[in-house]
Amino acid sequence: MQFWNEKIEKLPRNQLEQLQLERLKKTVKRIYLKVPVYRKKFKELGISPSDIKSLEDIKKLPFTTKEDLYFDYPYGLLSVPHEKLIRLHTSSGTTGKPKAIFFSKRDIKQSAELIARCLVMTGSARGDILQNIMTYGLFTGAFVMHYGAEKVGILVIPAGPGNTERQINLMKDFGTTMIHVTPSYALYLASYMYDKGIDPKKELKLKRGYLGAEPYSEETRRKIENMLGIDIYNCYGLTEMNGPGVGFECPYKDGLHIWEDNFLMEVINPETGENVPEGQIGELVLTTLNREAMPLLRYRTRDLTRIIPEPCKCGRTHRRITRILGRSDDMFIVKGVNIFPQQIEQVLMGVKGVAQNYQIILESYDEMVIKVEIDRELFDGKIEHLIQLKEKITENIRSATMVKPKVELLEPGTLPISEGKAKRVIDKRTI
Amino acid sequence: MSKVYMISVFAENKPGKLEKVTKVLAEANINILAFSIMSTNGFGIIKFMVDKCMDAFKILKEKGFTVSLNEAIGIEMKDQPGGLYEVVKILSSKGINIESASVYVAETRKRAYLIVEVKDIQKAMELLKETKLNFLTL
Repeated sequence: MQFWNEKIEKLPRNQLEQLQLERLKKTVKRIYLKVPVYRKKFKELGISPSDIKSLEDIKKLPFTTKEDLYFDYPYGLLSVPHEKLIRLHTSSGTTGKPKAIFFSKRDIKQSAELIARCLVMTGSARGDILQNIMTYGLFTGAFVMHYGAEKVGILVIPAGPGNTERQINLMKDFGTTMIHVTPSYALYLASYMYDKGIDPKKELKLKRGYLGAEPYSEETRRKIENMLGIDIYNCYGLTEMNGPGVGFECPYKDGLHIWEDNFLMEVINPETGENVPEGQIGELVLTTLNREAMPLLRYRTRDLTRIIPEPCKCGRTHRRITRILGRSDDMFIVKGVNIFPQQIEQVLMGVKGVAQNYQIILESYDEMVIKVEIDRELFDGKIEHLIQLKEKITENIRSATMVKPKVELLEPGTLPISEGKAKRVIDKRTI
Repeated sequence: MSKVYMISVFAENKPGKLEKVTKVLAEANINILAFSIMSTNGFGIIKFMVDKCMDAFKILKEKGFTVSLNEAIGIEMKDQPGGLYEVVKILSSKGINIESASVYVAETRKRAYLIVEVKDIQKAMELLKETKLNFLTL
């Protein structure tokens, strides 16, 4: 087992919690003094920084929501003067207006530090070659990964997304050993190679893939791992928390370690805002403990997960969360039932004869239409097999969600493949 | 007795699919001898028998169609009243169930072929060996 910062990664829980408390107190104090928006919230709640005496006391603090980031856009939540800022990123804005996140020099350095931990944790080292297939732009993903990899001493190819032919040539010519990519584009790359008769296991040197920025299921991970012959590590991050590297899988691939010396995590009931008992599913709430330019208190991520309380076999004391089970934003309601796209994806990936791409179309509150691409390789020209496939998908989704869908089988390549975040749910009811 | 091949193309039920497929075949100078369409709620399969089936299969695959090559039997029948009846009477007497069928008219008013896909083609061919039927060879 390799470590980038073994001391901090294996810090005993009591010391880790002590460190968290010190940092929380410091953060709260600074926010109170420097950020008028937060000071006002504190006053409304009748609290002051001196009320924070234990980690438990975090429950007294106000939440920060995405709406707060819009409302105080662009500078309202800064706790340093402008001349200390060296970078602006915005969130990808899939759910609305962009959110502006600023980095100080120290923040960039610290984000790279966390990525370095993540990369080394998965076995990466000097000599590795990372092809960074994320978008270099307003989105944080590519840059933060880039800095972290450089910190470790990994050669970075800043490929960016798209131009699949060129991606493969880069991999061939420079012996890429790792890729950082969205799951939908990873699947696309793998199928593209397959279609072109390229055997990645023989012709490429890929060893690891880091997949993030959009939700994907365990089945999708296995599918890509098998197609490319690599290990895939799930990573979790969000622009509001400085991008990727908030949480990352270790070689046991059983949940993502959250770097608790940098983030204080809570899981709450999204409806009531109350903390749920440890181990139960709810919305992940993060407080930055080591951020300079834009510290955020109790930021509601909208991501649903649960904390895995048991210690990990890898020896790290930082607790894990399960893969993101959905976003409270993604959740949609049909026939009065709450459904997450991941539930549908899980079913589809478990059905033979289905390709990777699918779409959920919502036209009314009583019906969901699932468009599924069939697997070109398994098409045998027999219509009864297609009918059986359609019936199987319908039944499996019905039993997973309690809602019987209308399933449409499509030719592979019919649905749009996005090179960023795949648009899985088309909700025509609200547009 | 030899097998013939049908090319099956997956198609969603929407306008233009048949046009696209036949355009590819036309441009490759491939002649369609027989064809049929099977469709159900929402999707279907277009089936072709062509003169150069391996070429057609390859080209369609390259063009990104979802396509498969299926074995079939071509049974000669007279292009006259009762021609089809004579053939299917024999098939049903042997307990052979037709999964898909199309017709290839080789010489109008004289000779045509019933092209059938069946579940177990080896068994069907075995059963049909002892009949007086003639079979298509391409």
